[in-house]
Amino acid sequence: MTRIDTQTSGAAVTVRGLVKHYGETKALDGVDLEVREGTVMGVLGPNGAGKTTLVRILSTLLQADSGQATVAGYDVVRQPRQLRRVIGLTGQYASVDEKLSGWENLYMIGRLLDLPRKEARARADGLLERFSLTEAAKRPAATYSGGMRRRLDLAASMIGRPAVLFLDEPTTGLDPRTRNEVWDEVKRMVGDGVTVLLTTQYMEEAEQLASELTVVDRGQVIAGGAIEALKAKVGGRALRIRPADPTQLRPLAGTLDELGITGLATTTVDSDRGDVLVPILSDEQLTAVVGAVTARGITLSSITTELPSLDEVFLSLTGHRASAPQDAMPAEDLQEAAV
Amino acid sequence: MSAVTVNDAATDARIPLRGHLRHTGALIRRNLLWIRKDPESMADALLMPVIFTLLFVFVFGGSIGQALGGGQDRYVQYVIPGMIAMMSMTLSQGVGTGFSQDFNSGVMDRFRSLPIGRGSVLFAKISVELLRMLFATAVLMIVAVAVGFEITNWPGLFATVALSTAFASSIMWVFLTLGVILKNAQSVQAMGFLVLFPLQFGSSIFAPTTSMPGWLQAFTDYNPLSTLADAARGLMVGGPVAHDLWVTLGWSVAITAVMAPVAIHKFRTKN
Repeated sequence: MTRIDTQTSGAAVTVRGLVKHYGETKALDGVDLEVREGTVMGVLGPNGAGKTTLVRILSTLLQADSGQATVAGYDVVRQPRQLRRVIGLTGQYASVDEKLSGWENLYMIGRLLDLPRKEARARADGLLERFSLTEAAKRPAATYSGGMRRRLDLAASMIGRPAVLFLDEPTTGLDPRTRNEVWDEVKRMVGDGVTVLLTTQYMEEAEQLASELTVVDRGQVIAGGAIEALKAKVGGRALRIRPADPTQLRPLAGTLDELGITGLATTTVDSDRGDVLVPILSDEQLTAVVGAVTARGITLSSITTELPSLDEVFLSLTGHRASAPQDAMPAEDLQEAAV
Repeated sequence: MSAVTVNDAATDARIPLRGHLRHTGALIRRNLLWIRKDPESMADALLMPVIFTLLFVFVFGGSIGQALGGGQDRYVQYVIPGMIAMMSMTLSQGVGTGFSQDFNSGVMDRFRSLPIGRGSVLFAKISVELLRMLFATAVLMIVAVAVGFEITNWPGLFATVALSTAFASSIMWVFLTLGVILKNAQSVQAMGFLVLFPLQFGSSIFAPTTSMPGWLQAFTDYNPLSTLADAARGLMVGGPVAHDLWVTLGWSVAITAVMAPVAIHKFRTKN
């Protein structure tokens, strides 16, 4: 669960009882969280969970109704100017100027951050080089591809050498390959010692980048802690197994049921895709599955491991699905399935 | 206390004057780059004075000129000073639409998350729009001379430009407010049109108000665009100036005093 120890030193971000309403809607309903210096905190939640509201409050773009927050020791309400000097922000909003070129954007931000002309120029050149944008430096940002735009956004947020970086859904809407590129860039930034607070809708993204996770739903923190611990709690991974011969699908599922592995949910047969999904909790179980299938003499064409989806994480933590407040199934049934 | 180390500059919250100037300069540069990259954005400043001058002089010039006791030549002398006033009003809308675009594209959030004074963003925008306005006025005067306007009083011309610039900068606060509170640039433009159209045509800019019905005259007499146009006429071609000049300046001060704090407040507190 979320730590609420105010005395912990080395906290780069501290949030206490943050509340924000939009009319009747509670975007944030008493959020506590803490990001230790030099670590990456993933804030995982569905659309409308309050992730963006949280980032906007922490970056002084929005005022909370109540509660406190500090970033790098500065209070978001009382010391906004000092705070803005030590943060970087990249998100669905807080964008670059599309009419300006990549270089002109970075140079402008450098000047706005009080770098002398010469240094602003050098910094723009250096960051474009680092984010592999040198060739596109002179083109208007509007002509950039999705991945290039995100890289430029990241570069823009790095100009002031921030101590704390906010990344609001940095890869939403990107294709898998571009997503990997952005992840690599973020990992490099983390390697430089930046503290990162990252919001995401993807368990995979959180696992790739974050060391700790805070799960939010409807403005509240519903779980938090080290990512490994959370994964164990929600049932680790799932195996997707495809037999070479589609008619072997039923026998395969039967074998797995007999094996009696119970994880997050029971074995699911997906006849459209022609494969079986089985949740596992450990490497031993993976080995056991492979052993049993081999003993039956079923030839497989592929086995892949999958992380639990956001939906499955939510199901197991809250008993309801991530996106739909009105459950399709009665709540009792869902809870049973989640055990 | 946080263990995160920050540099010395970060501990000083106040931005020195030089900093404000640097930030405003960087943002003015950005707005000028927009014009360089998209010269079409200057089309309104270039074409509006040309089209409006030709339209009014050749369509209405003859008959209104006659009523004024002359002909088209007489009307040119009448309408051009008022056009300077109209032009500055119409172009000041650009402040509102530009701001609205910046909010919607997310650039404004980037600016607002940087350690700069929020006034820098406002002043940069206003400065560039005033430059556009001066450009449009220059175009207008070239067309005016081409259709027969005689510049007899250069100091009067410069005084007119100064006065209409002062009035336009007060109106810009109104458009800034609209740019911050309305959803998109189209709404700003539509709302601007609703505000500007009656003010422009219910004035003495295009025709003398003496033949208008009494209730309309009551409106035109208090319309700042009338007093601005009359003051401009007095300054450029001759006639009484003082009363209209003071009324126009009074309007400018009053509008700024009311709308500048509103615009700044809305800008600061916008989510």
